[in-house]
Amino acid sequence: MLELAERIAERAQPGEQVEVYVGRSHQTDVKVFDGDVESFSSADTQGVGVRVIRDGRQGFAYAASLEDDVVAETLAEARDNAGFGTVDEFLGLATPDGVEPVDLDLFRPELARFPTERKIEMALELERAVRAADSRIRGVESAEYGDSVSESAIASTGGIRTTTRRSSCSIVASAMAGEGTETQTGTGYSVARTPEDLDMAKAVKDAAEKATRMLGARKPSSRRLTVFLDPPVASSFLGLLASGLSASSVIKGRSLFAGREDEAVAVPFLTMVDDPTEPEAWGSSRYDAEGLASRRNVLIENGVLRGFLHNTYTGRRCGQPSNASAVRGGYRSTPGAGSRALSVTPGDRSQEQLLADAGDGLLVQSVTGLHSGANPVSGDFSVGVSGLMVRDGATAEPIREATIASTLQRMLLDLLAIGGDREWLPGGAAGMTLVIGDVQLSGS
Amino acid sequence: MTDAGLMIDDAVVQRVLAAALRTGGDFAEVFAEDRRSSSARLDDGKIEELTSGRDRGAGIRVVRGETTGFAHTSDLTEEGLRAAADAAAVAARGGGGGVREVALTRQENRQPHEVRVLPEDVAKARKAELLLRADDAARSAGGAVRQVGATYADSHRRILVANSDGLLTSDDQVRTRLMVSCVASGDTGMQTGFEAPGRTVGFELFDEVDPADIAREAARRALEMLKARPAPSGTLPVVLKRGAGGVLFHEACGHGLEADLVGRDASVFRDRVGQQVASPLVNLVDDGTYAREWGTYAIDDEGHAAQRNSLIENGELTDYMWDHLRARKAGRQSSGNGRRQSYHHLPMVRMTNTYVLAGEEDPDEIIRQTPHGIYCVQLGGGQVNTATGDFVFGITEAYMIENGEITHPIRAANLIGNGPEVLQAIDAVGNDFDTWTGTCGKDGQGVPVSSGQPTLRVAAMTVGGTAGA
Repeated sequence: MLELAERIAERAQPGEQVEVYVGRSHQTDVKVFDGDVESFSSADTQGVGVRVIRDGRQGFAYAASLEDDVVAETLAEARDNAGFGTVDEFLGLATPDGVEPVDLDLFRPELARFPTERKIEMALELERAVRAADSRIRGVESAEYGDSVSESAIASTGGIRTTTRRSSCSIVASAMAGEGTETQTGTGYSVARTPEDLDMAKAVKDAAEKATRMLGARKPSSRRLTVFLDPPVASSFLGLLASGLSASSVIKGRSLFAGREDEAVAVPFLTMVDDPTEPEAWGSSRYDAEGLASRRNVLIENGVLRGFLHNTYTGRRCGQPSNASAVRGGYRSTPGAGSRALSVTPGDRSQEQLLADAGDGLLVQSVTGLHSGANPVSGDFSVGVSGLMVRDGATAEPIREATIASTLQRMLLDLLAIGGDREWLPGGAAGMTLVIGDVQLSGS
Repeated sequence: MTDAGLMIDDAVVQRVLAAALRTGGDFAEVFAEDRRSSSARLDDGKIEELTSGRDRGAGIRVVRGETTGFAHTSDLTEEGLRAAADAAAVAARGGGGGVREVALTRQENRQPHEVRVLPEDVAKARKAELLLRADDAARSAGGAVRQVGATYADSHRRILVANSDGLLTSDDQVRTRLMVSCVASGDTGMQTGFEAPGRTVGFELFDEVDPADIAREAARRALEMLKARPAPSGTLPVVLKRGAGGVLFHEACGHGLEADLVGRDASVFRDRVGQQVASPLVNLVDDGTYAREWGTYAIDDEGHAAQRNSLIENGELTDYMWDHLRARKAGRQSSGNGRRQSYHHLPMVRMTNTYVLAGEEDPDEIIRQTPHGIYCVQLGGGQVNTATGDFVFGITEAYMIENGEITHPIRAANLIGNGPEVLQAIDAVGNDFDTWTGTCGKDGQGVPVSSGQPTLRVAAMTVGGTAGA
C-alpha cells in the first residue's frame, strides 16, 4: 500500500506538493434476531485520497477504488481542483519533525484467524444471555458482533512515509424490558482488539441492568440539582469540548476557548490531556493523519487553558509547529485538527463513593439529542436524559422524558468531582463519572 | 443520459445471480452504484478546497430463510461480482443448493421530475463563485457577523438493481445543496445561524435559490440569537411554524412506523393499525414521488417504484412503511421505502419525504390563541427511541409567545416528549405548508430526507431551557 501511495506521490509535477492517503479495511458484521442469524456481511473497502497544493492553493479528490485508471483520474481531479481554491500562504504538507513514534500494540493477527462460526456463535450467545439475564427482559432489539482490520499509508512529496494498521472487534446488544404498555431499553457492549478479550458478561449485565432499572420511570419535576454523568455520557461531553480545543475552530472564531490561553477556564482540579500514545485508548495511533508521530498534548492544566490541537496548517497560521493532531475521516477528506484520545485526569473515588459523598442529585445514564441540542460554538447545551434520582447518597427511582441544560463554560466551573472510574471508550474520549453542580433539570 | 459507469451486461448479472443462489438461497440481488460527487468549501473568507469523489461498486445479498448474507466489492468485472456473490452465498448458506435460472426483465421507471443541468456539466468556477457571493452577502448583513462557512455539494448517483424475481432496473439520481453557517458575536457571547436548502435537481437549483438570500437568512438567524434570552424550563404549549416542525413527526412517529422496527417489537406503534394514534387533525403521508424534494427518487434501492403512502388519516394509523424483505414476510408489496446509504450497506426501511397535510386554521390565529408558549421557526434535528417512544428535537430559532403575541427570541434548547402522547396533543393545524431538508441517520446509515408540515400547535411539551417556565 505504501508503494502505491509513493508511486502516486512521485507523479507530482514541478512546483506541486502532493500527499496521498491510501486506506483499506476488511470488516465482518453478524446481526442476530430471535435465535437466527439475521444478516452476515463481509466487506473489503479500499480507497485513495489525493491532496495537491500548487501556487498556494489546495485541491482534493478521492475514490473508493485503487484501480490504475481511477487513481490516475483522482490525481488529475485533485490537480484541477487546486486551480479554484483561494491562495493561502500557510497551506503546506507536513514534513518529518524528528519525533520518533511510540510502539503501540494495535494490531492482533489472531483476529484474521478467528473462525466465522465462532463470530456467529458469539452473537447468538450474546442474544441468549441478554434474554436470560432477567425475567423482566421482554426481548432483545439487537445483538451484534462486528470486527475490522484496517490499514492506511501516507506518502507525500514532503518526505512523509508512514503506515499504520489496527484490529478491533465488538459486541453490542440492546435489551427491552417491561410488560404491557411499558418498555424500557438498555444497551451494553464490549470492544477489544481481539475476540478473546471481549467481555461478554459485562455487555450482558449492562444491557439488562440499564433496561430493567428504568422500569417504572416517570417524568420528574423541574428543578436545579447536582448531576452525576455516567462514564459514557461524560465521554460524549468531552467530545463536545474537544471541538473547541481544535486550533482550526480557534482560528476561525468558532471556539468558546478562543483568546483564553493562560486563563482559568475550569476548576483547579481539572487537567485535560489528549494522548494518542496511550496504549489503552481506542483512538491511539503511532502517527497522526498527516504522518507525524503521535504525542501527548496538555490542553488544560489545573484549570488553566494551555494550548490547542494543531495540524500542519493551523500550526503555520499560528507560527508554531504541528503538535501531531491532524485527524481525518479516512481517505474521503482532508486533514482537520482534533483529538483522538482525550481524557481528564481521573480522581480517586468510585461512582458509589461520589454518590454517597454528594447525597442528592440525578445519575444520568443516557443522553439524547446531543447533535441537536448542544452547540459547541456558543457552549449552550440542552439534552434529553434518562437515569436514576440520587437520594441520601444512593440511587433511587428512575426518571425519563426530561432534559438537563447549562453551558459548557459553566459546566467546567461547576464541576464538583471527577471519578476514578476511567474507561477508554470508542469515540476518541475517555469516560469517567463527572459530578456537576447546579444544572437545570426540566420535566413537568 | 449515459450509463458509462454501470456498463454491466444483462447476461453477466444473470450469471452472478445464479451464482449467488447456488447455496440454496431463496432470493438474491445485485445492487450496483456509481456515484460522482463534487463539493466546494468556503470558510474564513477563503475557498479552502474543491473536492471530487468517486464511489463505484456493487453489493450482493442472498436471503435464505431468516438469514441474509451480504458482500460488496468495488470490482465490477464479472470475476469481481462473482467473488462477492460467492461470499454472500456462503454467508447465507444452508443445506440445499442446486441450480436456479434467473430470467431478467428490464423495468422502465417514470421520473418524478426532470433534471435540467447535470452538475458535472457546470464549470467548477461557477460553483466556487456561489460561495463567494454567499460570503459577501452574509458579511454585509451586520458587523456582528464574525465568521461565515459555506459549502456547495452535488452528487450524481447511478444505480442498477437486479434480483432473482427477474427484476432489472436502473435509476439516475441527482442532488444539489448549498449550506451556509454564520457565527455572530456580541456581549452575550457567540451564536450561530444555519440555512441549507437542497433538492433532487441539478444546478438549476440556483434558478430558484439565490446564495445571497440563503446567506442573509443564516446571518439574520445568528444575529437574532444574540438577542435571545434563556429558554424556559418546563411544560408549555409549542407552536411550530410551517416547515420547521416536520422533524417532530419524523421522530415522534416516522421511525416508529418503519416495518423493520415494528417487526422486532421495537416500536410503540406495533399492533396499532386501525387505532386512533393521533389527534383527528393529523393526516400524515410519506411520499417518495414528491417532485424535487430532497428524499425523492424514481425507484428505491431495491428497485421498487417510489410511492405516496398514507400513514395516518384523521388520527387513525393506516399503515407502516415497508421494504422488500419485511413486505415479503408479511405477504404484501413493498411500499418503496427500501433504502441504503451506498453499495456498502444493506437496505432498510427508511422514510422519504414525510409530511403532515395542511388543515384549516389561519396560522396567525393559532399564535393569537396561545396565551403563553413558544414559537419554533427552525429546528436542528432530533432523535427517538422507538421502543419507548421518547424523542427529542432541537430548536435553533424560537421565540416566546406572550398573550398571543410573538415576543423575544430564546436560546437554543431541546424539546422532549413521548411520540404517542405528543401526537394526541396536537390541537391546532394551520392551512399553510412548507418543507425542510435533512439527513436521516439509522443504524449508522445516512440518507437524504425531507419533512414538512403546516403551522401547528402541540398543547404541551417539555422545553429544556435554563430559565423558569
